[in-house]
Amino acid sequence: MSRETRRNEDESYREWKGAYRPYDILKEATIALGVVLALVVLLTILFSSPDLPPSTIKSWSRTNPVDFVTTAATELDGSSITGGYGPPYNNVTANTQHLGPLYPARWFGVSQPINSAQDFVIAPLRSITGQPALQNAISVYQAAKTKTQAAWTSAYEAALAKATIKSSDSISVTPGSYGPLPTMMTALLTFAQSGGLDGALLTGKQFYQDNPTKALMFMADGGVLTNHAQQQHLLGSQWGMMNETGSYPGQVWLWLYTFWYQVKPFSTSTNVDILVLAMMGVLSLALILIPFIPGLRDLPRKIPIYKLIWREHYRAHPADE
Amino acid sequence: MSGTAKRPWTGAVRERAVGALPPEKLLPDSQPAYMASWIYIFGVLSLASLVLLIASGMILSLQGPDWWHSSGIGHFFNSIHLWSVELFFFFMIVHLWGKYWMAAWRGGRARVWITGTVTFLVAIPCALTGYVSQQNFDSQWISTQAKDALNAAGIGSFWNLMNFGQMYTYHVLLLPLAVVGLVAAHVLLVRKHGIVPPFQISDEPPATPAPRPATAEPMP
Repeated sequence: MSRETRRNEDESYREWKGAYRPYDILKEATIALGVVLALVVLLTILFSSPDLPPSTIKSWSRTNPVDFVTTAATELDGSSITGGYGPPYNNVTANTQHLGPLYPARWFGVSQPINSAQDFVIAPLRSITGQPALQNAISVYQAAKTKTQAAWTSAYEAALAKATIKSSDSISVTPGSYGPLPTMMTALLTFAQSGGLDGALLTGKQFYQDNPTKALMFMADGGVLTNHAQQQHLLGSQWGMMNETGSYPGQVWLWLYTFWYQVKPFSTSTNVDILVLAMMGVLSLALILIPFIPGLRDLPRKIPIYKLIWREHYRAHPADE
Repeated sequence: MSGTAKRPWTGAVRERAVGALPPEKLLPDSQPAYMASWIYIFGVLSLASLVLLIASGMILSLQGPDWWHSSGIGHFFNSIHLWSVELFFFFMIVHLWGKYWMAAWRGGRARVWITGTVTFLVAIPCALTGYVSQQNFDSQWISTQAKDALNAAGIGSFWNLMNFGQMYTYHVLLLPLAVVGLVAAHVLLVRKHGIVPPFQISDEPPATPAPRPATAEPMP
């Protein structure tokens, strides 16, 4: 079809010059509202809505103290996910995702600084008063050379893999060269099990608190959220983006977004997030601009679903067909 | 002083608005005869769902974000809100597919299509901010997972899914305002341009224009 023919045809669609039928827009809107209201109330009565209580550091440290202490140890030596994340939390650059030469994560720098050792371990322990041995242990750790600190944490993390849980929800590791770590980690575990660490990580500079980023980052570094999510079919490998807790439908409209995470080369790429986001960005732009994209805009004419939609019209006006 | 009277802003805006959308277009009592398919109801069903989800959201906001966790009535309205959202997206996606196969951008209606698709895309973060504002396990999981994509794109630097205060504000005010504004623009554009006519698929030129009736003509 030539450009001029297309333009002329498009012009002919501008205004309908044929027959009209009675129509009541307000009546239609009122009926639609009533029907949808009835449907929504019915769905509410039948299925209600999910509300699984949030995980807390207190419950995590009680139900899985080994995982909690292991996570805390990795926060201390910076080997946790948060410790090696990079912008916007810290200046680590090794794991920053990129799109070719573009590193968008670095463009705005460290806007939400998190020092995993200081924020998740040292500062909460420093807030515990009345335990001079603990404060001394922290000072010993901080005064030690980086190499020594790394040796302590490496040995301690290796020992935690074989740790046992005692009846009091505390943990026991085989004796070794861990420096002051056992004292620090035992105190942190006790603090967490009392609920103190939840409060310490939620506390900011203001009296009113509405930003749980640090507590969430800490929990996400451990297994507490992942284990819970797996039970609820929320993992990425379970197409979890489309699910909600308790077998409820989630954000089903994101099926295409989560689809890319399941297929290569996205699923095996270390840049999966930025690649999928870029892909969805391009597709979203294409969706918006369909009227101007040859091929995509012509498909509806070539695949005659419109004959089904307007079958009454074509039946009444066979000349149009 | 100049001898020519300046045109008042208000009058100019009114004239332009009435010119683009005269009352018979804004609140029509007739539509083209080809508007006879179930696919046409999904637009108005999307609108009805939007009304219900905004109404239920306003009720939820009366008592604050904690209310629905401890109140049976609050939980009921949270359920209304959830199912309104699910239906809103379902109806909107069917509406979108229908309009695609009708090539509803024809005849100078590209802006109608664009406002519709942008509404769909803006509704996605609007819903996402709701999911991460629930203050339950869903919020914890979704915010900690979704942050990685936003951080990779640099968006996470100023839009933090784990920041409840920020997400709640976006969810109850900024993004709904954007969605409602886009929907209003979309509906007004539909009213201005009218619904898209069927494809002319014969080789003959389009039918000779006939004047639109002053009042609706019942179909034979």
